[in-house]
Amino acid sequence: MADDMIGSPNGRETRVAVLGAGMHPWGKWGRNFVEYGVAAARDALRDAGLRWEDVQFVSGADTIRNGYPGFIAGATFAQALGWTGARVSSCYAACASGASAIAGARAQILAGLCDVALVVGADTTPKGFFAPVGGERKDDPDWLRFHLMGATNPTYFALYARRRMDRFGATDEDFATVKVKNARHGLANPYARYRKEVTVDEVLASPIVADPLRLLEICATSDGGAALVLSSLDFARRHGAGEPLVTVSAVSTVTPRFPNTVIEMPNFSTDSAAAGGVADGPGFRPSITRAAYEEAGIGPEDVDLAEVYDLSSALELDWYEDIGLCGEGEAEKLLRDGATSIGGRIPVNPSGGLSCFGEAIPAQAIAQVCECVWQLRGQAAGRQVDGARVAVTANQGLFGHGSSVVVTR
Amino acid sequence: MSTADSGKKRVPALDGWFTMDDDAPALLGSRCTVCGTFAFPAEQFACRNPACEGTEFEPVRLSRRGKVWSYTDARYQPPPPYVAADPYVPFTLVAVELAAEKMVVMGQVVPGVSVDDLTVGDEVELVLGPLYEDDDHEYLVWRWRPVASAKNEGGADG
Repeated sequence: MADDMIGSPNGRETRVAVLGAGMHPWGKWGRNFVEYGVAAARDALRDAGLRWEDVQFVSGADTIRNGYPGFIAGATFAQALGWTGARVSSCYAACASGASAIAGARAQILAGLCDVALVVGADTTPKGFFAPVGGERKDDPDWLRFHLMGATNPTYFALYARRRMDRFGATDEDFATVKVKNARHGLANPYARYRKEVTVDEVLASPIVADPLRLLEICATSDGGAALVLSSLDFARRHGAGEPLVTVSAVSTVTPRFPNTVIEMPNFSTDSAAAGGVADGPGFRPSITRAAYEEAGIGPEDVDLAEVYDLSSALELDWYEDIGLCGEGEAEKLLRDGATSIGGRIPVNPSGGLSCFGEAIPAQAIAQVCECVWQLRGQAAGRQVDGARVAVTANQGLFGHGSSVVVTR
Repeated sequence: MSTADSGKKRVPALDGWFTMDDDAPALLGSRCTVCGTFAFPAEQFACRNPACEGTEFEPVRLSRRGKVWSYTDARYQPPPPYVAADPYVPFTLVAVELAAEKMVVMGQVVPGVSVDDLTVGDEVELVLGPLYEDDDHEYLVWRWRPVASAKNEGGADG
């Protein structure tokens, strides 16, 4: 792979510079989400060596559980940092909100409409299962799935897990091993909420929530905030950004292709393939990262590390296949061989993943990119993937939101 | 409209999603009059097939039998708007492949069937059962019941 090909596969520049990355530690702090977003933004600006007044465009990832300020998150953060006249945008794409916010900021930069953009997402979450927002809404599948089926998010994760066991021979021990690996990875991450080693036996001894998934295998809901300062490559050069210059080389926010034949949150059913329109491409999850690879002009063989959305331990194994690290049904072998541990061929979730963070929805896809940036700069103390040059993130938000970002140096 | 043994009126927990006949209840979906694509719940405005501009849909009763695509259970009480029994009783859920419609539909499994009783590929059929009740009504929902499971022979569950 020629380095100068990354990010311009068709001769058109797709890269923007990442000048700064910042996060507020994940936890169950119970404070206003704006506080986490502001802290992360200030961290990212300090990291970039820029002032808030230098930001021309603010891209906020929304939270839907914190009232009106959450629905217009970009403006909420801008006001909290002090109005400067910067242009603003806010977006929601469920778990993929952070990637959508990055995509919006990147598009502004690549279109030449601004040089410096700030991307921020933060959340304050309730305890326990995510429930739909309040009110009786009989035309909202997210409300109805709870009402008519009692189907929580772990219900869907568990359907995938059980199917892996049936089709590929995945075992309870395999799923527990993913948790053990990620817990070890996150031990030294100062932003992780859970920093404690666990054993396979401890995981298997934790109570089953949705068979076959256990409490320690399902990601918690967390408070947290993450931010990125993005700029044009020209601005980065003028600004004298240090080496190595890390860039976002591709952002995929693809939707599924009809017929989507995998049952997904919050739906009651899949699409029907009865009209003969069987999708000839990959399923939805594989298509997410494939689009990012194509945009960046790379393939999965070029990737040095991946941050994937381990909403459950078992789901991480699905991602190994969906992002092209191995073929279908081969994820368990990749895991058992240690390939996805730090020190292995292709470390996955060196940050510790959602397993160590818990999910702060609008911040999470941004946090994945923050980790990739620190890894590629060699700043991921205690969890560093040596010599990493290319990183990929993968994530999926309910209602058909793909999210994948390729980060290179 | 039928009456439960308790004397309460039996009504659907949601109108229009399934038929209320006791012998052979069915989910109510739709089929596009242009391309034949099925949908559940029934399509209202536009066909999901991107190659089709259909806007008219005929109501269809979906297949009452299908094969288990995957399954799980709910060991902890789901949050509202789920109306849980007190004390809470865990239940099993399935995703079921319908051959004719070439789609997968979810639902709870009848009470008394655990994940240990299920395997991917098992045949299941649709029945109605009580989801919750108030002073005057018993609210019904569709449930899936293993076809071969002798312990669940008989009419509606519950």
